[in-house]
Amino acid sequence: MATLQLNNIVKDFGGTQVIKGVDLEVKDREFVVFVGPSGCGKSTLMRMIAGLESTTSGDISIDGQRINDVGPADRGLAMVFQSYALYPHMSVEDNMGFSLRLAKVPRAERREKVLAAARILQLEELLDRKPRALSGGQRQRVAIGRAIVRNPSIFLFDEPLSNLDAALRVQMRIELARLHEELDATMIYVTHDQIEAMTMADKIVVLQGGVVEQIGSPMELYHHPRNRFVAGFIGSPKMNFLDIEVRGADAEGVDVALPGGDCRVPVEGGDAKPGDTLTLGIRPEHLKLDDRGPLTGRIVVIERLGGVTSLYLEHGDSEWILVADGDVAHRVHDEVRFSFDPACAHLFKGDGTALVHRHRHPLVDIDRKENRAPSASEGR
Amino acid sequence: MRERTSGRTVGGFRNLFLQGPAVTLLLLWMLVPLGMTLWFSFQRYNLINPMISGFAGWDNYTYLLTDPALWTAMGNTLLLVGWVLAISVIGGTLLAVLFQQEFFGRGIARLLVIAPFFVMPTVGALVWKNMLMHPVNGVFAWLSNLLGLPVIDWFSAMPLTSIIIIVAWQWMPFALLILLTAIQSLDDDQVEAARMDGAGPLAIFWFITLPHLKRAISVVIMIEMIFLLTVFAEIFVTTSGGPGLASTNLAYFIYIRALLDFDVGGASAGGVIAIILANIVAIFLVRTVAKNLET
Repeated sequence: MATLQLNNIVKDFGGTQVIKGVDLEVKDREFVVFVGPSGCGKSTLMRMIAGLESTTSGDISIDGQRINDVGPADRGLAMVFQSYALYPHMSVEDNMGFSLRLAKVPRAERREKVLAAARILQLEELLDRKPRALSGGQRQRVAIGRAIVRNPSIFLFDEPLSNLDAALRVQMRIELARLHEELDATMIYVTHDQIEAMTMADKIVVLQGGVVEQIGSPMELYHHPRNRFVAGFIGSPKMNFLDIEVRGADAEGVDVALPGGDCRVPVEGGDAKPGDTLTLGIRPEHLKLDDRGPLTGRIVVIERLGGVTSLYLEHGDSEWILVADGDVAHRVHDEVRFSFDPACAHLFKGDGTALVHRHRHPLVDIDRKENRAPSASEGR
Repeated sequence: MRERTSGRTVGGFRNLFLQGPAVTLLLLWMLVPLGMTLWFSFQRYNLINPMISGFAGWDNYTYLLTDPALWTAMGNTLLLVGWVLAISVIGGTLLAVLFQQEFFGRGIARLLVIAPFFVMPTVGALVWKNMLMHPVNGVFAWLSNLLGLPVIDWFSAMPLTSIIIIVAWQWMPFALLILLTAIQSLDDDQVEAARMDGAGPLAIFWFITLPHLKRAISVVIMIEMIFLLTVFAEIFVTTSGGPGLASTNLAYFIYIRALLDFDVGGASAGGVIAIILANIVAIFLVRTVAKNLET
């Protein structure tokens, strides 16, 4: 049971502001993911929450209590490091029980708690091993076990999966999701990997240059990005952008000029006037090959992934990425025409902010729990 | 000829041919002096009286081993090695932790604290003798006067302690240098994880830093031990082994035999005893260090 509030947090490293006033509220039992390009301050923000980094100004509170001046050990948090940071000279059991040993918990009780955590993570057979005798995935689990033993109010994960290979990462992702259900704890997770963010989060915080660009559910960020940065950052391959001219705008939609004819995008026109230049954004998966489509391009590269095919297109000096199904028979240098559903298109103003969609996507407010079967422990 | 799993051959004529010169040179380098020492230790050989000569049997050894001076010298050697090791390793570890902290002028401070190691033993010992520990001109005497305490005549009142202080002053920077580089390789994440686990500075030192330094400490002990068994210049320059035999170690004892008493045979026997002693120490040491390095 823990909530976390950040109130106008600023971090200043010798004159350079790394975090420029972040406000955030994490609800009880929420899984919040900080995501952003490297150097965006997401790790610094987490370290400030953990207490490993001081806060220049602003308040950090847990359950309404200001903890700025509380030491890292007394905040009741546990952190899993990217490098695992296991103590190399201690056995797995000692690693997991270290915090209890420092807290002078009796040996028998310590062992009991370590065993309970080991059972959750299937580490029972490894308790006597030293960290160097473990594989990457096992070390990761020990690091998580060390956090569980402390029974923290909030778990902090600092890019915990980035040192694992792709297959293991998928497995650990599912395991972490299961763990979240099982422990019913508040978790904050830092990553640069948007798949991890999209699949695990209740709430994603997109950071760039120390500023929060948008906070929202995964589907909200995907379907209703607040600005061009979020639109480009979420989704893979990246969203296509094209500068276009406005033909007409009202509260119902905006008419824009395309090479093959005009089209009407259902967004609130705001102060856009005919003759203005806006940026049109369309995700590659929302473009479709269409012989009567309004856009054309010449294929430069084809990436066939089996299930889907990515086409890299060129038209004048604009470039497009189009994701089509796996059976596309086109060759490089072919000229293709393509179209899109205007309801899936986004329009961005000169300063990058998006024009608001008139219709909200139906999946935006979906609860994470609806994506997963109830965990085994609950079913029993 | 055997073959490794990597496909490289081990042994064989060509390898022998390539390794031969180096191995031969090193072997000669070791065997000739060792052989000569052994040979002399069984000879009646005194530089003052060339008439005394011929095979001595075990006489040199029995004479030496029944001489209480040898046992005094051996005891002094062990005391010197033990105390200097203790002071330099404990002090070096604490200083390494201190000099790892960020503070203004750290670079220059590190340079200065390491400097004693680069001073010649003779020069270092002279500085201590004439400028620090001198009962009339020394800084320590001046300090004692300032506080109204009796002046200590270091080299006659506590000769071995004085030598231990000088040698420790020279070897602590070495320990510091090695341990400081070792401490720098300590993963910051580990320290931070320990902090999150509730470890204070002392607990971090005891549970994280010290185990991390274990390997470096055993290397320091091994290297220092080899050099400390043969400390000579500091004794020669300051106390000349005196008063009496109070600060004579094994190396200085052999020197007295060979070059003050001109008894080459007896000195060689002392040399052989020193070799045996060094090897006993080395066996224990190499075992423990090897065990440490494995992990």
